[in-house]
Formats: sequence, structure tokens, C-alpha cells
Amino acid sequence: MTRLAIRRLACGPWLSLAAAALLLAVLPALFASSAALNFLGFVMVIALAALGWNLLAGYGGQFSFGHAAFFGMGAYAMALLQVRLGLNPWLALPVAVALGGLTGLATGFLSFRAGLRGSYFALVTLAFAEVFRILANAMAFTGGAAGVLVPLRIGAAQFQFADKATFYWVALGFVIAAMALTRLVERSRFGAQLVAVRENEEAARALGVDTVRVKLKAITLSGAVTAAAGCLYAQKSLYLDANIAFGPWISVEALLAPIIGGLGTVFGPLAGTFLLLGLGEGTKTLLATLTGSAVPGADLVLFGALLILAVAFAPRGIMGVVAGAAARIGGAR
Amino acid sequence: MSAPILECRGVTMRFGGLVAIDGADLAVETGEITGLIGPNGAGKTTLFTVISGFQRPSAGRVLFEGTDVTALPAHRRAAAGIARTFQIVQPFAGLDVRENITVGAYLRHAARTEALAHAEAVAERVGLGPMLDRPAAALTIAGRKRLELARALATEPRLLLLDEVLAGLNPSEIRDMIPVIRRIRDEGVTILIVEHVMQAVMQLCDRVHVLAQGRMIAAGRPAEIAADPGVIEAYLGHGAAARMRAHGVAPSEAAVPAAAGGADA
Ligand SMILES: Nc1ncnc2c1ncn2[C@@H]1O[C@H](COP(=O)(O)OP(=O)(O)OP(=O)(O)O)[C@@H](O)[C@H]1O
Ligand SMILES: [Mg+2]
Repeated sequence: MTRLAIRRLACGPWLSLAAAALLLAVLPALFASSAALNFLGFVMVIALAALGWNLLAGYGGQFSFGHAAFFGMGAYAMALLQVRLGLNPWLALPVAVALGGLTGLATGFLSFRAGLRGSYFALVTLAFAEVFRILANAMAFTGGAAGVLVPLRIGAAQFQFADKATFYWVALGFVIAAMALTRLVERSRFGAQLVAVRENEEAARALGVDTVRVKLKAITLSGAVTAAAGCLYAQKSLYLDANIAFGPWISVEALLAPIIGGLGTVFGPLAGTFLLLGLGEGTKTLLATLTGSAVPGADLVLFGALLILAVAFAPRGIMGVVAGAAARIGGAR
Repeated sequence: MSAPILECRGVTMRFGGLVAIDGADLAVETGEITGLIGPNGAGKTTLFTVISGFQRPSAGRVLFEGTDVTALPAHRRAAAGIARTFQIVQPFAGLDVRENITVGAYLRHAARTEALAHAEAVAERVGLGPMLDRPAAALTIAGRKRLELARALATEPRLLLLDEVLAGLNPSEIRDMIPVIRRIRDEGVTILIVEHVMQAVMQLCDRVHVLAQGRMIAAGRPAEIAADPGVIEAYLGHGAAARMRAHGVAPSEAAVPAAAGGADA
């Protein structure tokens, strides 16, 4: 193979990402209503949280039920650093992301070094998130049950955007960055070792993989990415309380989206978030018009049904279905 | 003769009340193929897990190239140059053959292109070249055994522990595999091999150690071992050697190979 051919092959994985970025960037031109832009912005926030979860669970096989801990840590840190310490949000952002990574590292240190796996690990992460939720709800520093308000100060320097499309583009930047990070991990030694840990820890150790270290690295990255989603959420809604930031809803959506979209893939979390939230919104609107009032919890029922369908019929998610179809078309030609 | 690459001194492994290995001594000479044989449940695989660092022995020491590695965790021993295969194959089932081997190759090649190139070269060496893009889960038993070997080899070990890589293969597959193993030794990798297929042990090994009920009962050249009355008794039961002598059977021809072939099934 020539050098050029190798180069071109190596560019393939990046080309698809660039194409997706372009396509997503022009979406606001097609869906210009305030509701649509609001929805798109929200999709980006959840997709970012899901990308964080996917790094740990999709690639590393460590299923967390408590990514709310990292999301909430990011969101609260972002808000409190501004409100209590008067930090500029652009400075608060890296600190909040680092705190999310540290929370991940601490969670991993306590669970992986104790050898926790599978459902035990999932339960421990759930417990962590719940402890944070209760603490945030009780402490004066976090605003207690009343929550925290980020004062309205619109302007790019304040990370607040009057225009919903602008917020969407900023959030899209984060999502594309997280997808590029995922791609980098996928193509690195660390990524190969992480996948080896997911597939078979014993065999990985025999090949010189320091499994605890690899898992710690993964959960740190994962926590940082999901914390970034929390930061975006804080700047989007300018209000937080414990049940929003550390609530189980975000843990559930961060794990459902990659499972439905395709575990351990670069595009899975984003595709899954679009489907999940799109159908969620759709049913809510439909039921509201049919019954004349909102039906609380309807989207949760739908999420449950989607999960069952995905597990039963598309275990590799949307990306698996797409890959299968592409292979069939390629084979037919 | 140079110092042995591997030494086990008084290794004992207890599981609750069961003594799986009882004060075993073992020396593996650099550059040789050393066999470790013994009846089912003798403790061979357990000794491998101790040597490779997957289990800490209840007593005794493991020395690799003269240094005590008893306290070293498994991944550090791999980095030090000890690689093992698993008797019950442990492929990364969701990955293809190339990805499986590349995990091993990454141990000494941090860059992706180098690791991939090294993995391909190793696959060629063990005859997996044409199967690089196959899912590991789609391999036959013979293919999976080769994959175990390839992954371990990709870590570029100085000592390779092979746990029954021939078990489950048919005679022609065994015949194909023997030169592959010999070539690995010729390229400078010392090998310790657990094997029930006696024909292979006889052909491959420079030296053989016999483990029975956790104890090392004999060590020597393959032909000496096959004729050793103690070894025959370990396989066939008390008094077997005397009975065979009475019936005029030369033990070196029949006893151990027959017993071992049967034990493996
Ligand atoms: N983790 C463990 N816990 C309890 N007992 C064990 C454990 N591992 C091995 N044993 C026991 O130790 C003994 C030795 O087993 P081992 O697998 O080492 O034998 P082996 O010589 O490899 O046998 P085979 O030829 O059948 O592979 C057996 O009685 C086995 O049941
Ligand atoms: Mg065994």
C-alpha cells in the first residue's frame, strides 16, 4: 500500500465525523422555531452526557447507573463558582469539568480497587449519585431545596446566549469535541486496552493490561465529559436544584441513549439521543392533544418500551442496524 | 549451562483444605522447551496461574531471570516477559482476530500502526494470516488455540507458558501445530508447556517435569520419564509398573502415552 492510500484510509474515520458536524451545523436553518431550537439544544446537552457514559460503559463495559453524580457535579460547580465565588463562567467551566473527572476518579478508586464489577459497580454508582442528591438538597452552600439561580447576564463573555441557535452551535461544538475524543480513544492503545477489559479482564491482564488503571482512566474521562454536559445545562436553564442536577432521570437518559444508538460507537450516543428525545417529545405532544392534558410519565413508559425493543431486536443499536443495512447494500452490488 | 530463566522454589497452593500444589520445585532452562505433565487435577494449571501472577502462592517463591517476582501482579509479569495461554480459551469474543492480537502487541508498541503491523506479523507466524478479519467468535477450536498462542506471542515474551494448546485438536491439526511451537523456540523464546498429548511432549520437549497430586515426582529427558516406574504408577495406579513388567510390556513404549491419551478424553 502506498503512503497516500494509508493516509486516506486513516482519514476515513475522521471524515464521517466532519460530515456529521457540517450536517448538524445547518439544522437551525431547517428548524428555526424557538421550540425546535430549544429541543435541539437540549438534545446536545443529553448527547454530551451520553457520550461520557459511553466512554466508560460502551468501551469499557462498566455500566454506571449513576452518571447523575458527574452531571450534577459539573452543573453545580458551574453555577456555584459563578454565584458564590464570582468566577467568570469560562473559567468556571474547566474547573467544573475537572471536578467531574475527579468525582469519576474517586468513584472508580473506591469501586474498581475493591474489585467491584457488573451490578455491584452499577449499584455503587447509583448510591453515589443519590448521596450527592441528598447532600445538595440539604446543604446551605448549594442553596438547599430552593436550588441555585445563575443571574441573567446575557453575552458570549458570560456564556449566556440570547439566541437559541447560538447555544445550539456552542453545545454542538462540545458534542463534536467529545465525539472526536471518543474516536481518538478508539484508535489508541488505551482504547484497545479498555475494550479488552470489557471483553475479558483475565485475558487482558495476561497481555500486560493494568486493568484497574485503565478503568480509572476511563471513568475519569467519562466523568469529565458528563460534567461538561452539566455545565451546559446550568448555562442553558440558569436554574438548578438537586433533583434536576443529581436526579436519576439524567443517569437513565445518559445510559439509554447509547444503548439504543449503539454501545461503544462514536455516533451511537448522539443518534440514540435524537431518537429517544424525539419520540419522547412526540408522544408527549400527541397524548396532550388527544387527552387535552399532559400525561406525566408517558415518556418514561416509552423509554422502557424502547429499551426492551432495542435489547430484543437491535442489540447493537441504531448504528448496528445502519452497519447491517450498509453491508447488505454493499453485498448486493 | 546458564542460569534457569524460571525457578519455582517450594511453591504450595492451598484452596481451603485442598492442597493443589505441595512444595513444588521447578527449573526451566533458557532456550529450551520444558514439558510439565501429570494426571488430571495434578495442579498443572494452578502452577501456571502462580507463575503468571494470577494467584499468589500460599508458600514458596517464583524467580524469573533470577529476580523474585512472587509479589508482582499478572500485568507486570507480562511486561517483565512472561506470557501465558489459557487452557480454557479466553478470546475477546466481540473483536476480530486482528484486534485480539493487537491488544497483546500494544504491550511493547504504543503506536497504533506499529502495533497493527506487529500483530499481523505474529498472525502470519502462527498461521492465522488469512483469518485476520474474522470475528474471534467464528473461529474453530484449532483457530482459537492459535489465537491464544498469537496473542501471547504478540507481547514478545522471553518465557511462554502454553497450557494444553493441543487439546481438542485432531491428529492432523496437532501435526501442523508442532512445527509452529518448535519455531517459536528456535526464534529464542523459552517455552514451558503443559500437555496431555504425549506424542507432542516426546517430540518437542528437551526436559519433562511430572506433577502428581500437587507433588513433583520426576524430572528428566522425555525418554527417561516415559520409563520411570513412579511416573507410570502415578498415571495408572499403584502396582501398575510391576504388573506391566510381569506381562513383558516395555513401559516406555506404552504406559504413559496410552494413559495420557485416555486421560485427555
Ligand atoms: N480456584 C480454585 N479453587 C478451588 N480449587 C481449585 C481452584 N483451582 C484449582 N483447584 C483445584 O486444584 C486441583 C488442581 O487443579 P488444576 O486445574 O491445577 O489441575 P490440572 O493439573 O491443570 O488438571 P487438568 O489436566 O485436568 O487440566 C484440582 O483439584 C482443582 O479442583
Ligand atoms: Mg489444567
